[in-house]
This record gives sequence, C-alpha cells and structure tokens, in this order.
Amino acid sequence: MLAHAPALTVLVPLLAAPLSLVFVKSRHCWIFCLLVTCASLVLSSLMLGQILDTGTIIYTMGGWPAPWGIEYRVDLLNGFVLLLVSLLGFIVMMAADSSLEKEIDTDKRKFFYSSYLLCLTGMLGITATGDAFNVFVFLEISSLSTYTLIAMGKDRKALWASYQYLIMGTIGATFILIGIGLMYAMTGTLNMHDLSIRLPEVENTRTVFTAFAFFMVGVCLKLALFPLHLWLPNAYTYAPSIVSALIAATATKVAVYVMLRFVFTIFGIEFSFEHMPLQEVLIALGVAGVLTSSIIAIYQTNLKRLAAYSSVAQVGYMIIGFAIGNVTGLTATILHLFNHALMKGALFLAMAGIMYRLGHVEIKNLQGLGRTMPLTMAAFVVGGLSLIGVPLTVGFVSKWYLVLGIIEQGWWLLAVLVLFGSLLALIYIWRVIEIAYFSPPNASTSQVSEAPAMILIPTWILVLGNIYFGIDTDLTVGITSLAAQSLFGVSP
Amino acid sequence: MWMTELPAFLPFFIGAFLVLMLKGVARAAVMLAIPVLGGIHLMLIPEGLHWQTELMGMALTPYRVDSLSLVFGLIFHIAAFINIVYSLHVKDTLQQFSAMIYAGSAIGAVFSGDLLSLFLFWEILAISSVFLIWARRTQRAYNAGMRYLIIQVLSGVLLLVGSVFYWRTHGNLDFNGIGLEGTYGWLIFIAFGIKCAFPMLHNWLTDAYPEATPTGTVFLSAFTTKVAVYALARGYPGTELLIYIGVTMACFPIFFAVIENDLRRVLAYSMINQIGFMVVGIGIGTALALNGAVSHAFNDILFKGLLFMSMGAVLHMTGEINGSKLGGLYKSMPKTTILCIIGAASISAFPLFSGFVSKSMVMTAALEEGYPVIWLLLLFSAAGVFHHAGIKIPYFAFFAHDSGIRTTEPPNNMLIAMGIAASLCVFIGSYPWLLYSILPYDTGYNPYDATHVLAQTQLLFFSALAFVWLNLKGMYPPELPSVNLDVEWFYRRLIPDALKVTFARIWRIDAIIRASFMRLLQSLLNFISRHEPDGVLSRAHLSSSMVIWSTLILAAFLLLSFI
Repeated sequence: MLAHAPALTVLVPLLAAPLSLVFVKSRHCWIFCLLVTCASLVLSSLMLGQILDTGTIIYTMGGWPAPWGIEYRVDLLNGFVLLLVSLLGFIVMMAADSSLEKEIDTDKRKFFYSSYLLCLTGMLGITATGDAFNVFVFLEISSLSTYTLIAMGKDRKALWASYQYLIMGTIGATFILIGIGLMYAMTGTLNMHDLSIRLPEVENTRTVFTAFAFFMVGVCLKLALFPLHLWLPNAYTYAPSIVSALIAATATKVAVYVMLRFVFTIFGIEFSFEHMPLQEVLIALGVAGVLTSSIIAIYQTNLKRLAAYSSVAQVGYMIIGFAIGNVTGLTATILHLFNHALMKGALFLAMAGIMYRLGHVEIKNLQGLGRTMPLTMAAFVVGGLSLIGVPLTVGFVSKWYLVLGIIEQGWWLLAVLVLFGSLLALIYIWRVIEIAYFSPPNASTSQVSEAPAMILIPTWILVLGNIYFGIDTDLTVGITSLAAQSLFGVSP
Repeated sequence: MWMTELPAFLPFFIGAFLVLMLKGVARAAVMLAIPVLGGIHLMLIPEGLHWQTELMGMALTPYRVDSLSLVFGLIFHIAAFINIVYSLHVKDTLQQFSAMIYAGSAIGAVFSGDLLSLFLFWEILAISSVFLIWARRTQRAYNAGMRYLIIQVLSGVLLLVGSVFYWRTHGNLDFNGIGLEGTYGWLIFIAFGIKCAFPMLHNWLTDAYPEATPTGTVFLSAFTTKVAVYALARGYPGTELLIYIGVTMACFPIFFAVIENDLRRVLAYSMINQIGFMVVGIGIGTALALNGAVSHAFNDILFKGLLFMSMGAVLHMTGEINGSKLGGLYKSMPKTTILCIIGAASISAFPLFSGFVSKSMVMTAALEEGYPVIWLLLLFSAAGVFHHAGIKIPYFAFFAHDSGIRTTEPPNNMLIAMGIAASLCVFIGSYPWLLYSILPYDTGYNPYDATHVLAQTQLLFFSALAFVWLNLKGMYPPELPSVNLDVEWFYRRLIPDALKVTFARIWRIDAIIRASFMRLLQSLLNFISRHEPDGVLSRAHLSSSMVIWSTLILAAFLLLSFI
C-alpha cells in the first residue's frame, strides 16, 4: 500500500470525484468526501515520514521507467507541500457541510463536492509529479474545477469573477505550456530530472531564455504576483466561503512550489540567478506587491476582499524570501507556504462562520460581533495577529527567518520595508478588530449567535495550529530548512 | 525548589485571567494578594538565571535575578499593590485586566535576561497599557491612545530589528551591556529612548498620560518609563551621551510645566524631568551615580505615584483637573491636601523626604566626576521641580483662589493607597539605609551631611521665595521662569533664558517638520481613500487590461533576458 502512496494520494480523490455524484443526499456526499480527503492526508503524512526516514521516493507509473513513462518523484519539498495541501483540503472540507447550507442550493452541492475533489486532485498532482507536462495537465484539472467552484458563488458577480479568472488562468497555463514545449524542443525530454541534466548543455540559447520567460510569467500569473494579481481579489471575494478558504490556503502555495521546483531543480540556481535579472525583478515586484496590496487592503470595505489583498501581499513576502537567494530566505519562503496556509485558512474559515450567520462580510456592518460571536472573532483576531507577525504565532517565525535572510545579504533597506509591511498589516487587521470589538452591536449583529460547531471546530484547529507551530518550530523549521538546503545543493 | 523558581510575571498574568472569571470581593482579594505574595516570593529568590528555554534554536533566559533587576522587581510589586488599592473602587473589568497584564509585563521585562524576551514583554507592555487610556472611553482619549500605541509599537519594532542585528554580530541575544557600537547599538538605544521619553521622542508621554482614567494614569506613571530606565541602566551604563540627553530632559520640561494648565500634564512634564536625573546618573555610570539613578527611580515611582494619585482623587471627586478651575479644595479635602504636600515635598527633595536621599546622589556623582556645568543645570532643574511640582500642584489645586467647588474626601481605598505611598516616602527619606542596602552597589554614601542639607534647603527656600514674590506681584503664571529671581545665583539667569530661546526655536522647527510630514501622509491617505474602493489600484479591472498587463510583463521579461 505504502509503496503506491505517491500515486494513491492523487488517484484517490481523482477516482472519488465522479463517485461522489452517485450520492443522493448531500450530507452523505460530504461524509464520503471527508473520508477521501482524510485518506489523502494520511497517505501524504505517511509519505513525508518515509521521506524523512529513507529519502526521496521515486515512483514509476505503471512500471514504465523514467524518461519514457511518467515518474512521480517526491522529495522533502514536495512531500511537505503535499502534506500542506491535503491537510488544508481535509480541514476546509470539515466546514463545508455547514457552510454550504447557506451558500449553495441543495441540488448543486454534489457538483460542488465533485469539483472540490477534482481541484484537490489537480493540486496534489502538480505537487507530486516529476514530469513537466504532467504539471500542465494537473494545472488544467485544478484550474478548470476552480473556475466551476468560483462560479457557484451566490452573488451574480461570481460568474464574472470566474470568467475573468478563466481568461487569466488560461493565459497563464498557455504560457506555461509554451515554456514546457520550448524546453521539450531543446532537450527532447519532459521528465524533470532528465531536464535538469540536459538543459545546462543548451542553456545559452535564445530558445531556453524564451522558455524561461514564458514559464515564469505563466507561473507568476497563477501565483498572483503583483501586478499579475488582478484576477485574485474578485475570485476570492465572490466565491463561496469554503472555496475562498481552500484556494486562499492552497492554490497560490502550489504555484509557488512549481516556481521553486523549476527555478531550482530544472533550470538550476546559476542559470536562474546569474543569466537572468530574476533577482532584481522579483524583489522589486515582491516589495511593490507587499506595500501596494497592504495599503489597498487598508481601504477595503469587504472583509473577504481585504483578506484577498493581504494574500497578494503575503505572496510578495514569499517571492522576496526566495529571490534574496540564500538558504535562510528560501527556508522562510517554504515555511511561509505552510504558515500562511494556516493563517489564511483560519481567517477565511472564520469569515465562513460570519457569512453563515450574517450572510455578508461588509466590514462596517460587523459592529459588536466580538460580543455576539466571540469564538469566531477570537479566531479571526489570532489569525490576524499571525498575519501581522506577532511573536508566538507562526507569522512571526516566518517573518523572522525572512528578515534574517535579508540581513544575511546585508540589504537593510529591504528589511525595513518588510517590517513596514507588517505595520500596514497591523492597520488593516486593527480596523476590523476596532469595529467588531469597540462598537456596540447593531440591529443585525445583536441577533446572531455563534457560528455552527462544524465551522468553529476546523477554524480553531487551524488557530491552535497557528499558535502551536509558532512556539514549537522543530518540525516545520526542521523540514523546511532541510528542503531549502537540498534545493541549494548544500548537503545538510 | 519549584516554587522558588516561579517567574515573577506569571502570578500577574494568572491573576489577570482570574480577574476575568471572578467578581466582587473575590476579584479584589485576588488582585491584592498577587503583588503581596509575589513580592514575598521575590525576596526569597536567590540571584541567578532561573529559567532557561529555547525558541527557534536561540537560548533564552526569561527569568534572570540580580541586584539591579531585583530592585526594580521589588518596587514594581510595591507600586502594583498601591495602585491596586487605589483603584479598588473601580468596577471595570477591562481596566483591571489590562492593569494586571501591564504590571506583570513590566516585571517580566526587568527580569528578562535576553533581548527577545525583553521584546516580548516590551510589546505586551505597550498593548496592555493603551487600554488604560482607552478605558476613559472618550474620543480624545481614543485618539491619544492610538498615537501612543503607534509610537510604542514603533519602539518595539526598533528593538526587534536591533536585536536581530545584535544576534548577527554576537551570535547570542544576552541582554547585558550593549553600548553604542554598530547599528544595533543605536537602534536599541533609540528603542529604549522612545520609551524613556528622550527629548523630541517624548511627545507620547505628555500627550497620552493625562488622557487616561484617574486610576490608569497612576498605573502608567509607575511602569513604562521605569522599565526603560532599567533597560538603559542595563544596556548603556556610562554612555556619556546620556548625560547630555538626561540634563536636557531635566531642564526643558520645566518651561512647559510652568505654563501648562492641566495639572496631570504638569505632572507628566515633571516626570520627564525626574527621568532626566536618572538618565544623567546612568550616563555618568559610576557606582554612586548608578545607585542614584536606581534609587531615584525607586523613589520616583512612589512620590510621582502619590502626586498622580492625589490629582486623580481631585479629578475623581470634582471632575476638573485644570489649575484655573480648581482651588480652595483644602477645606473639603484636608487629608488629600496633606498627602499631596508630602508627595510634593518628596519630589522637591526636602530633607527627610525620599527625593532628597536619591537625587543628591546623582548630583554628587556629577560633581565628583567633573561635570560642574551639568551639576549647575541639575541644580537649576531641581529648583524648577520644586517650583512646578512642589508648589504649583498643591497650590493651584488646594489653595489659591477659592473655586467654589465643595466636595468630600475621596473613597477610603484611595486615601489608604496614598497613605501607604506617603508613609514610604517619609520612611525612606528619614531612614534611607534600608533602601541603600538593596541597591546594586555599596558606596557608603550618606545624604545627611551639612553640605547636602544646607545646599538643598537654600535652594528650596529661594525657589519658594521666587514663587511667592511672583505671585504677589501678579506676574505668575505668565511664562517667567521663577529662577530669574534667585539674585544670589544671578548668573544662572542667562542659562535658562538661552535654553528657553533655543528650545522654542528647536520646538518650532521640530513642529514644522512633523506637521509637514503628517500633512504629506494625510494627503497620501486622502488620495488613496478618494479612490476607495474603486481606486486606481483596487478597482475591478477589465479582463483586457489584465491581459495587457501580462503581455507587458512577458515582453519586459524577454527584453531583460536578452540584454
């Protein structure tokens, strides 16, 4: 069983997706999906355990050896991301049943679950595979299902948001495909490991330069790097709350993973950082993203939109960490993948709770919610503190490593800008806290009670995760620094 | 063994959560018991590092006890006890909860053996204290609190950045002597300086403290700045720059205190002035000077607390705090009047009152180490203190023209708290050796010799004379500094005048710079908010514009990779 774990993690949700349509009652469908996501989670955590014990797992699909067949190659980095995606997929799924009651019609729910599983399949597949073309295939699976999921939002603007995402996502995927196609033209292989060996022989050709450019821009579109983030706020805002939680916690992380994989493993550090002005471009865009999006977030009137802009800012941090080009910075980026999933997951699930009770997340109408929904708002506050980077939360840990990495390079100004970004986060989180806690409840908020238990429990699992991994960093920092070292080719 | 190693801040944090759960008498009992038990517990603890832990691979020592931290730990327990007694009548969970957290984090900060723990408590200190200001629940208090919070958090951020730099240089985070070397030294110095209310960085203090609740101000006055004094004494003893900063702090608030009408704001200025003495002591850095700084911090908490308490009582009973609206209260509040006068005598360093035994130490040290000009300036500011805190406060509140306000004595718990503080002031003033025995150094200093007593009495006498004369001539309160009239020390007239002019000028330039910065910020914010949420950057874009963006980026990327 465990020998086939890499394939099964992806295949289980893939096969379960059509199966979920046979259920008549949506509640049964939900329980089925919960079991499926749980199975994925168990498989991916077993795999990570195995990787820590024995090193990289190489799995050949159908027994066809590598350059001919498709190979799944799971090392520390994607093992960690797999765990992250399946963990969040499972926890968010826990809240789905309650949250969907208010947001999606009964007859559409099984389609929702089916798309959810497909989306998860796509993301797990992108992460697990060792084949460049396979990345594109799974990317399309996850993107197409995400478009469906977003379009299910009850606001009519959801359709429009989904349509925009479809256009942008397709352009991104096309660019990635062009990039991969050019690489294939130059090397005749699609296997990542093979590519990493053969690309250096031809790396000084225009074709490879062009491939790199197309690929990077495509991925940057998917991970919503400023200023290619324009699709993201609408998608997050109008999608059903559960979908916002899922894609905010996982989708951009997977895209960042793809970028790391291609830049470090396939193209190699030397090519990426020395032949290309990658560092300057990414740092400039990252800083611009952090500052602009944080400032925009301050002025948002819709809570989901605020969190969406904050996500763009957080992506900026991840990009900065990876672009400064040392092990500490890369550790910070990989760490932040996980930590940001924890905090954004908690925030968006708390919003799902608010959405469930109030039917909206307009900030100005949340007055006094701290009194009527204390647990939900407390979860929001902890998630927010983590986002700011207050010590004893995960946000502090990743920001600490990021600043350390920057200082290692001696770029003081950048360190100051990064910390200034936290100050901006303080402002936009504070606005919400101020309204929720310091103004008396209005007509609608004084009527509501606490969110249902099945939304609160997953929210608080993530909140406690935020605190636990903020204090005990052995596991996360241990794995991520090893992963970062191996990407840099430093033997641990 | 386990009991004796319980970190000193923990009881307060536990107590804070008990406060949330308990009500009425039980809550009061818990709040009173914690500083008492904590204080006893603290005295039993041997010196040394008591708790070491590890966070993200860095060795931390959140609980270090030595003679310096012990003095501050003790006075913080005493102050917490007095302040809790003083605020027993308050039935406000928010205030009581944040006060406990606040006191606990101040204690945690002075026992922190490393910069990261210090930073943690530093931030908790800032966040918990702002609620004491907001608890007054007025728009004015809210705005002042917000400004206060931003500045305090800024100080924390500087401390954090400084610590990271420190760690890069030294490979550890131990909080011992830091010194003004390298970037980290300056960053941490400025972080401490903000909390310590260095000149130009002090606005938050005079801005926010007078806006807090009557009881809140008393809490605030005891902890925040004294934690900073401790941190300076730990990190920067003997840094010469501190002497000049300190002497500036001792002198300039006097001019503002004289013309200020809000009596609690007068006290806030006088607080900066007293901290100035401590900073000078730290800057000189000899055993005597450090002892002076530490013991003056100890005493200042008591007498400044006493003064803030008496003004809080006046505010509580009359609802007024402006000097021009008060007066003649001695008839209806005789006990408060006497207690306030004891506080005034202590801050003015009357012999037999606590200020005398510590302030003279700093001044003697200044003279011994060859800083005669500093000594003179300190003398001048000592006279100024007597004048604005020693005379102005009690005079305008309790005497002067009768304002017609008739009230009663404040609640008993306020009187008891003031009584405890007053007796400690007199006790330490008359029998200073107990205080001296817990100071970090043994210097064999004796405050009661003829020179000290005579010099101080003369100073006080002439300063009083000046006030009386000015008042009779009707020249008070217009901004004439009283020191002008000390004919015997006529030459000193030039110095305060020159200082005053210089300060007025610096003040104006400083104000212009800050005002224009704030305007710039505001106009930027306005610019963005005018477009909100459909601003240039945040409006929903057409798909075509997004496509154009991605094409542009691709083109730029390709271009860059071929150059």
